[in-house]
Amino acid sequence: MLTAKGLGKTYRTREGEPIVALTEASFSVDEGEFITVVGPSGCGKSTLLKILAGILPRSVGSVVLRDRPVDGPSREVGVVFQAPVLLPWRNVLENVLLPVEIQRRDRGLYERRARDYLRLVGLAGFERKYPGELSGGMQQRVGISRALVHDPALLLMDEPFGALDAMTREAMNLELLRIWSESRKTVLLVTHSIPEAVFLADRVIVMTPRPGRISETLRIELPRPRGLEVINSAPFGQYVSAIRRHFQSVGALDA
Amino acid sequence: MTPEGPAAHAERPAAHADRGPFAPLLASIAEKPQRPLAVLLFVVIVGGWEFAVRFFEVPKIVLPAPSAVLAALWSGMEGDLLKHFGVTFYETIAGFVLGSMCGLVLGILIGLFPLLERTLYPYVVAFQTVPKVAIAPIIVIWFGYGVSSKIVITATIAFFPLLANTIVGLRATPLEQIELMVAFTATRWQIFRLARLPQALPYIFVGLDVAVVLSVIGAIVGEFVGAQAGLGYLILQRNFNMDMAGVFAILVILSAMGIGLHMLVNAVQRRVVFWVESASDKVIGA
Repeated sequence: MLTAKGLGKTYRTREGEPIVALTEASFSVDEGEFITVVGPSGCGKSTLLKILAGILPRSVGSVVLRDRPVDGPSREVGVVFQAPVLLPWRNVLENVLLPVEIQRRDRGLYERRARDYLRLVGLAGFERKYPGELSGGMQQRVGISRALVHDPALLLMDEPFGALDAMTREAMNLELLRIWSESRKTVLLVTHSIPEAVFLADRVIVMTPRPGRISETLRIELPRPRGLEVINSAPFGQYVSAIRRHFQSVGALDA
Repeated sequence: MTPEGPAAHAERPAAHADRGPFAPLLASIAEKPQRPLAVLLFVVIVGGWEFAVRFFEVPKIVLPAPSAVLAALWSGMEGDLLKHFGVTFYETIAGFVLGSMCGLVLGILIGLFPLLERTLYPYVVAFQTVPKVAIAPIIVIWFGYGVSSKIVITATIAFFPLLANTIVGLRATPLEQIELMVAFTATRWQIFRLARLPQALPYIFVGLDVAVVLSVIGAIVGEFVGAQAGLGYLILQRNFNMDMAGVFAILVILSAMGIGLHMLVNAVQRRVVFWVESASDKVIGA
């Protein structure tokens, strides 16, 4: 449903020197697939996601989403960033309905969807609360509901749980798998945590920096539905160490 | 310190019962010590002032006793003090509204069109560096000795706090927020209306607060330069007559007016910008 071919992004520094943030990124995503993109900072994974979201112009290459070229933001895409960036003057329900308002969709119709998604992320009864009254994890759940409310074909997530503590993060990963299996969306999630990438994904796209490029794609053959006990299984450990070895072999990790 | 919940509250009256009738009062003082302390400070200062003036027999034309100021205030209420207050109050409010609206609109235009900022803003800053007191005589010549010149002078002073705070406020939206809205296919206008303008409101209210207090000064400055009525005009007249108690009475009215307007702006701010606890850490420009 999503095909990227030869994507590249080159920035210019203030002195006019080119910096290659991303080069020759080609991959395709199937309908309903859960893809994670993992790599250390500076590997171009956020650049890749922003190009897919249509908020950053690419330097070269092409993106096709459901047979239509992506040349800017699309109504078919929902995004979640690391910061929930909710509007503090809008209550939870109004925040979730933001894309509906922006895209001038029928509010009456989508308000029911918004309430359904809030129930799905475990926030039923919080519709009239304001973001300032919610914890970080709850705010990010509102952000996920907001990304799903307009029924996008593709959900793009840029380190959505990066700002949360480790325990909340594990719980949110489980929640995300549940939401994904119930909503049957295609998800592309960017993370710098190798275990998180393996735990969530059907396929892991491994990226390395200088210049940012895709160096490997790994299919994760772990049974679904996955619980946290998967993390302690032998195959899980093998996937994680394979990716880690990969980074070490190309010298991508400074440590 | 204070335990929450109904159980904790239920215990309180019983605990106070055996400490006499003043126990609840003492308890409320212990909870908010700043209130009685502020009253106490006021009493000490005014009392000390009264005592010093009487004890050292300070001449009335140097420093009037608080009791004399109060008497002047009282007799002024029966005289034409209210009429002059009305004039100054009108000039302050009209100038404040005119100046702050101009500042707000220009600030929004500059926030919307960065080109305007580069071309127009240097002139605005140049205008701001000119002391308004220095151009007040010119404005009085242009607009006459009536209220309109005072309104214009007040407006020039109220203008800049709104302009500066609106511009800064419109820039306060996090980049991620804007990127998110772009990703949801928002137009420039939608981003402005749904994110940037509401985000600027706390800053705009800080500007309004600064501007409203400065507006009182603007009206008085205008009246000093040349007027036929108003509290500033009355100050000059009473100063000429060595009526110090009368001048002090006007100062009391002016500061009460400033405090009242400041509190009014704050009350509106708390209702409109309900999601911000305090914007006092965002004071910019004056």
